[in-house]
Amino acid sequence: MEFNVNHPILFVLVGIIIAAVLGQSTYFLVKAIRRAKELGIAGSTVKSTVISSAIFTIAPAIAILVGVVALSKSLGLALPWLRLSVIGSITYETVAAGNALTAAGLEASATIVDPSIFVSVLWVMTIGIAAGIVLVPFVTKKIQNGMLKMGMKDKKWGEILNTAMFLGMISAFLGYVFCDVGLVFSGDTSGLIPVCVMLVSAVVMAIFGGLSKILRARWMEDYALPLSLVLGMASAIPFTAWLR
Amino acid sequence: MKKQGSYMESVHRDGRVWGIVVGLLIMLFPVIVSFIFGTAPNTSVLVKGLLATAPMYWAVGIVEIFTYVPMLGAGGTYLSFITGNISNLKLPCAIDAMERAKVKASSEEGEVISTIAIAVSSIVTTLIIIVGVICIVPLTPLLESPVLKPAFDMILPALFGGLAVVFISKNVKLSIAPIVLMLVLFISVPALNAGTVGIMVPVGVLFTVGVARIMYKRGWL
Repeated sequence: MEFNVNHPILFVLVGIIIAAVLGQSTYFLVKAIRRAKELGIAGSTVKSTVISSAIFTIAPAIAILVGVVALSKSLGLALPWLRLSVIGSITYETVAAGNALTAAGLEASATIVDPSIFVSVLWVMTIGIAAGIVLVPFVTKKIQNGMLKMGMKDKKWGEILNTAMFLGMISAFLGYVFCDVGLVFSGDTSGLIPVCVMLVSAVVMAIFGGLSKILRARWMEDYALPLSLVLGMASAIPFTAWLR
Repeated sequence: MKKQGSYMESVHRDGRVWGIVVGLLIMLFPVIVSFIFGTAPNTSVLVKGLLATAPMYWAVGIVEIFTYVPMLGAGGTYLSFITGNISNLKLPCAIDAMERAKVKASSEEGEVISTIAIAVSSIVTTLIIIVGVICIVPLTPLLESPVLKPAFDMILPALFGGLAVVFISKNVKLSIAPIVLMLVLFISVPALNAGTVGIMVPVGVLFTVGVARIMYKRGWL
């Protein structure tokens, strides 16, 4: 078959995998909603979880779509569509594709015409991040059971442990926000952009969190994080114009 | 009603089956494409590309499994490690959902809410990308617009600013040490940046758990 990065057969194959991914997500969604009912979790709580998770996802999903467009210049549309719909992230896929294209001596913007190079890039992107796919089915139960046992032994510590893990992750990303702040001393203020964006997002969250408590408006709480995310992102536009 | 044990058992059983089936499909894709176009990968490109990519991402991937599984819950883990974008989308989504539903990640209620949030997030992401792929021609100028670029570049600061307010305000004492450590590290070590933040997540998690244990033992929490 004559090769083309946008060959229809690639879209058919990717479509089949994406359908399986959607099937898995839908299966677990239905299973969890049924269990929520059995556990007596209020229908309104489940509904608000569904709605706010969906709304929260829109902006990051559009950012992922930007990654699809960027990668489609060299890889065609089908491969980035698959890779950014399954395990990995924009950062990983861009790095993995870049490493493979560099190894092939190609520019990131040049469309691949050699099928052998295309499948090489495809193999690198797939195998490079396969640790999770290979190991998760076999180790998750052991890790979860270990956590459950710990939680049963000392319930309070079990809860603190989870909070500590969340805080550890959040603190790493807060550190990242400040990674280029030092550039200010050499006259480059662009390192302050992420700090300003983070502050806008934090202030929006604090205002909405406070207002929802004062006004007892639960719906505000549901939309606080998506709103802080979108307003934070929007503030990046004037901050970038000002500080770069 | 099913007992907790039997529900969790069924999540693990179904998660393994789905994980293996969908995982196999993902891993078989390069094989099938090679077969269809009648070509093998270029050995030099494959080896060089993998050497530059796999050692780091496999190491990070293995550490991520142990870091993220307890936070995502069982159902959330089986979904997230297939659909990806964990730290920049799935986990924040699950954390926010559990916080708003006032359930603990270590409880079965937390497991269920986390799974619902991650499943919805996965479905919405997949659907948005499908729509984007179908409408790629009219959408490309908008998605590549230089005006909007800074907004897409700043998604992580915008995401973690809001999330940090919720968690730090509720856990001020426990937050101080990890935040100070990460600020000092990220500001003073030039190698720590957007590309390496993933490696620092397990470091932050282990450090915070250690600090929490000491504070808990001394009765400070």
